[in-house]
Amino acid sequence: MSALQFSREELVNVYRTMRTIRRFEERVMEEMGTGDIPGNTHLYAGQEASAVGVCLQLRDDDYISSTHRGHGHSIAKGVDIDSMMAELFGRASGTCGGKGGSQHIADLRKGMLGANGIVAAGAPITCGAALSAKLLGTGQVAVAFAGDGAMNEGVMSESFNLAKIWMLPIIFVIEDNGFGEATANAHVSAGSFTRRAESYDIPTIEVDGTDVFSVYAAAGEAVERARAGGGPTMLHVHVPRYYGHYSGDPDTYRTPEEKAAMRRERDCLGNFRKRVKDVSLVETAELDAVDEEVEAAIDRAVSAARAAPFPPMSALTTDVYVKYL
Amino acid sequence: MAQKSFRQALNEALHFEMGRDPRVIMMGEDLTGGAGANGVKDAWGGPFGVTRGLLDAFGPERIRDTPISEAAFIGAAAGAALTGLRPIAEIMFVDFAGVCLDQIMNQAAKFRYMFGGRAKTPLVVRATYGAGSRSGSQHTQALYPIFTHIPGLKVVIPSTPYDAKGLLLQAIRDDDPVIFLEHKMLYDTVGEVPDGAYTIPFGEARVARDGKDVLIVAIGRMVQVAEEAARKLAAEGISACIIDPRTTSPLDEDTLLEFTETIGRVVIVDEANPRCGVAADISALLADKCFDALKAPIKLVTAPHSPVPYAPNLEDAYIPSADAVVKAATSIIKR
Repeated sequence: MSALQFSREELVNVYRTMRTIRRFEERVMEEMGTGDIPGNTHLYAGQEASAVGVCLQLRDDDYISSTHRGHGHSIAKGVDIDSMMAELFGRASGTCGGKGGSQHIADLRKGMLGANGIVAAGAPITCGAALSAKLLGTGQVAVAFAGDGAMNEGVMSESFNLAKIWMLPIIFVIEDNGFGEATANAHVSAGSFTRRAESYDIPTIEVDGTDVFSVYAAAGEAVERARAGGGPTMLHVHVPRYYGHYSGDPDTYRTPEEKAAMRRERDCLGNFRKRVKDVSLVETAELDAVDEEVEAAIDRAVSAARAAPFPPMSALTTDVYVKYL
Repeated sequence: MAQKSFRQALNEALHFEMGRDPRVIMMGEDLTGGAGANGVKDAWGGPFGVTRGLLDAFGPERIRDTPISEAAFIGAAAGAALTGLRPIAEIMFVDFAGVCLDQIMNQAAKFRYMFGGRAKTPLVVRATYGAGSRSGSQHTQALYPIFTHIPGLKVVIPSTPYDAKGLLLQAIRDDDPVIFLEHKMLYDTVGEVPDGAYTIPFGEARVARDGKDVLIVAIGRMVQVAEEAARKLAAEGISACIIDPRTTSPLDEDTLLEFTETIGRVVIVDEANPRCGVAADISALLADKCFDALKAPIKLVTAPHSPVPYAPNLEDAYIPSADAVVKAATSIIKR
């Protein structure tokens, strides 16, 4: 897949979304330092091309589920960054009214079924969404994003099995950043992820997750198969994780040299700029302008979040049920 | 009114609601039995015969026999509920919730709250529970205290065929996740059940027997035990009132408090283990809210703090008995 298949406007939009995720995460990391964002958070920086390349193939009403590292998936699926930033600050104007936080951002209007604090838990839920699409005949597909760590949870294998026997319109996107928390994947994972999926007769594609065009091409094949009734596909997407496992992780288990090399050689934004420059599709100045525009949008989101009220005390016990007594 | 079994009452509710609402689907292990095999279809009609005939009426797309894979299909049911279907998922024995509790406790129960009130999860998880079938420790527990503890879940424990039908119809129409527990020793019990559809609201206790000397609170199969105890007490001239809460979440606190205020003596019978159980929970409620009306200590008759044993003599001793209820009641009346 080459950049030439996109219009100039499409390319700018792809870049804008990836850049928005990158700056959103960098800014969240900075704001964590002020102590005004409660708790901790897991940052998606470095992995942008995966979420953006996949979601570019999706309709507005298609479903995705995400992980504890979910901001990028939400932004790529079209969830509003003002509401997301407010959610991280725990404000009433947040995507979930401040009651979810980073690990539970969900926006059903955008088909975003939720980040998830439990590793691999989104996989069977997404099978259910795919089942809804299939039984209701809507033509929707569902994407379960998961990390390499999720591959060692039993429910992941159970979900592969269910998806295949029911021929669900689902795509499993395994974003392999090489680490489950602070432990290297190689230390804890036997065999190969693609062979695990293939043992269920699920087609797989290995993807360079620093190249949005490769992700887009692989996702296109998977989405087409799902929509045509051909059942599940698994994408094994290799991505770098720029930060530690969570925002407070000093990340000493990776050497300064390897971290520097990762950012130098595996930057999806840098790759994108190089690719479009090579084919003279988008002027560098235009992308620089996008950077400024994104910067301003993130500034506005942070200012608005800081100015927004916390949820009212009455919200403590509302929304537990639709109706209780 | 027609006499029907508890099993048939449930089956009628499932048939009726699946016929009424095309969004209702079912999934579970051996809901039909014989799927993919060459012999008889719907060979089991469910492990306890509750789902018999549904396959014929509604087809395999809506009546889905699953792999033995609770985490996957309970999760899928939760996801389907979040996206427009109204699934009824069956856990064959509630003990198996151990392999899929995440999907119930961390996912379905919390979607609405975590997502700021912007999600509905109309999911019913049906499961059998309870001791008495000589099935050992892993197919016999009464785990409703675990579910009752979790905000976001509703917990329903019918004790009669009439209640089973009305509460199941309510559960399927409810927009929140419902854990619906069926005592396997009740399936063959018979009672009056109307042919048509009716619902019983959650959080409304049933007065199973009127009486003035002692209040017996009992849940699920323990209502039968309480009724036997009440007959024995009547022979001794003691008049026992029985209240069946029917749902432990929501709990009909008003009725429990009202009858405690009037009667002043309370025995709570619960087949679950005693620690952090429903009996302890109701006892705490009554002690907190009606202390001045109590004429004696609240007595709890529960299973012991042990797993369910296999040997018949031990299992019989494990299950709260009518004699134990009689003993508890007389101890607070004759003190």
